[in-house]
Amino acid sequence: MPKVTFIEHNGTAHTVEAANGDSLMRAAVDNNVPGIDGDCGGECACATCHVYVEAAWWDKVGGRTETEETMLSFAAATKDNSRLCCQITMSDALDGIVVHTPDGQH
Amino acid sequence: MSSVVVIGAGHAAIQLAASLRQGRFEGPITLIADAAGLPYQRPPLSKAYLAGHMDEPALALRPASFYAAQSVGLVENDPAVAIDRTGRSVITALGARHGYDHLVLATGAANRALPVPGAELPGVVGLRSLAEARALKAILGGLRRVVVIGAGFIGLEFAAVAAERGIAVTVIEAAPRPLMRGVSVDMSAHLAGAHRGWGTRLLTETGVRAITGSGRAEGVELSTGEIVPADLVLVAIGVVPNVQIAEQADLAVGNGIVVDAMLATDDPMISAIGDCAAFPMAGQPGPIRLESVQNASDQARCLADRLLGKPAAYAKLPWFWSDQGALKLQIAGLSGGHDRTVLRGDPASGAFSVFCYRDDRLLAVESLNRAPDHMAARRFLAAGASVTPAQAADPMFDLRTVN
Repeated sequence: MPKVTFIEHNGTAHTVEAANGDSLMRAAVDNNVPGIDGDCGGECACATCHVYVEAAWWDKVGGRTETEETMLSFAAATKDNSRLCCQITMSDALDGIVVHTPDGQH
Repeated sequence: MSSVVVIGAGHAAIQLAASLRQGRFEGPITLIADAAGLPYQRPPLSKAYLAGHMDEPALALRPASFYAAQSVGLVENDPAVAIDRTGRSVITALGARHGYDHLVLATGAANRALPVPGAELPGVVGLRSLAEARALKAILGGLRRVVVIGAGFIGLEFAAVAAERGIAVTVIEAAPRPLMRGVSVDMSAHLAGAHRGWGTRLLTETGVRAITGSGRAEGVELSTGEIVPADLVLVAIGVVPNVQIAEQADLAVGNGIVVDAMLATDDPMISAIGDCAAFPMAGQPGPIRLESVQNASDQARCLADRLLGKPAAYAKLPWFWSDQGALKLQIAGLSGGHDRTVLRGDPASGAFSVFCYRDDRLLAVESLNRAPDHMAARRFLAAGASVTPAQAADPMFDLRTVN
């Protein structure tokens, strides 16, 4: 299975496996990665799965959806490389992707 | 190392276990579940799962691997039946005894029963558990006429799914309007119009005398005397908190298991979180009890912090959501007791918000297909900020600037 690495705000890295077709949010929650809450279950309705995508992967993850863009405009500490990771679907092309979690989701 | 036992395995219980482990809690954690199977998400049961957009494995709150990897014990299919407070242990139906240093009651709630003749007939169902949703989904394709008793969130979500499938739906509500407890008159009226537009017959201020039928439900007899024929009757008249085990253990119980601002019961070794807990909240006259994923998750995080040595009073802003057909309703705050509403956006456009005020103090914002308003409201209400009625009504006023 492809792997994804979540790097916490404090620098702790968590590398976990994510099944093709699953969202990065699901992979984080399933593996109890701190810093990703995913309270709404992946409906793009809570903005609690905010991540920063490392530059090398930005083009590969695809663009933000319209709803995601809106939700992100209300998340704290957004940057140009912000995404809601419930909207990033895992695939072989993303094997090895690295994302960073913000200081907090609330 | 201390041990934590949780009675329940819903959103609150699973979030508590996850947050404890994320906070490096090393003691044993045991969740005691009534049912067999992996703990699951409830919101999709009346929405995406029932409509066929989400399959059963996707409902699991965590995969089976989570419990082993995080060393979280899951006792399945063996309900807790008693708490031995002196001996600090929980006794299950099968007679197992689970000792605790801290006990968490996350017992949830159960469907309120309909007290009329015929309510026990086959064909009269509820929609709260996966088992109930699975049974309903299996027969949905063959239904022609359904009656939904109760125009609350579950009743209306089911009505929307059924109407979309071409089933003739009648919704019976005793109150003067749908979602009376949850939303303003303005939002209620809009939703009523939407459901009627989808072909649903929505009757308010109408009681139910009996479920009729020989051997199985065939109709619903209304207070008006009319009998509405039905292949299936969904009873969705709210829930009652599961307090029996707390009551038997002589813990304080009212409309829920009574806890203080730290979510502790009157026994400091026992806490309660989620749908079952009656807790104090600033601005509310007495203890309140909320039935929502937000409340379950945030209370679980708050309690986990206390058990990890970082105690803080629970004070999160409540928020809710409901999907009905293409309508996405999101609510920030508690609107109870409001005396004035202000519209933002045009209801005729299908996307608008209702700002609910009491004495010019903003209590809550209800948004329909207007996620930006909802997100902004959540942020500024949580920060204790507000907007004036004039700002709320002004489409050019940017809610994002409020803080």
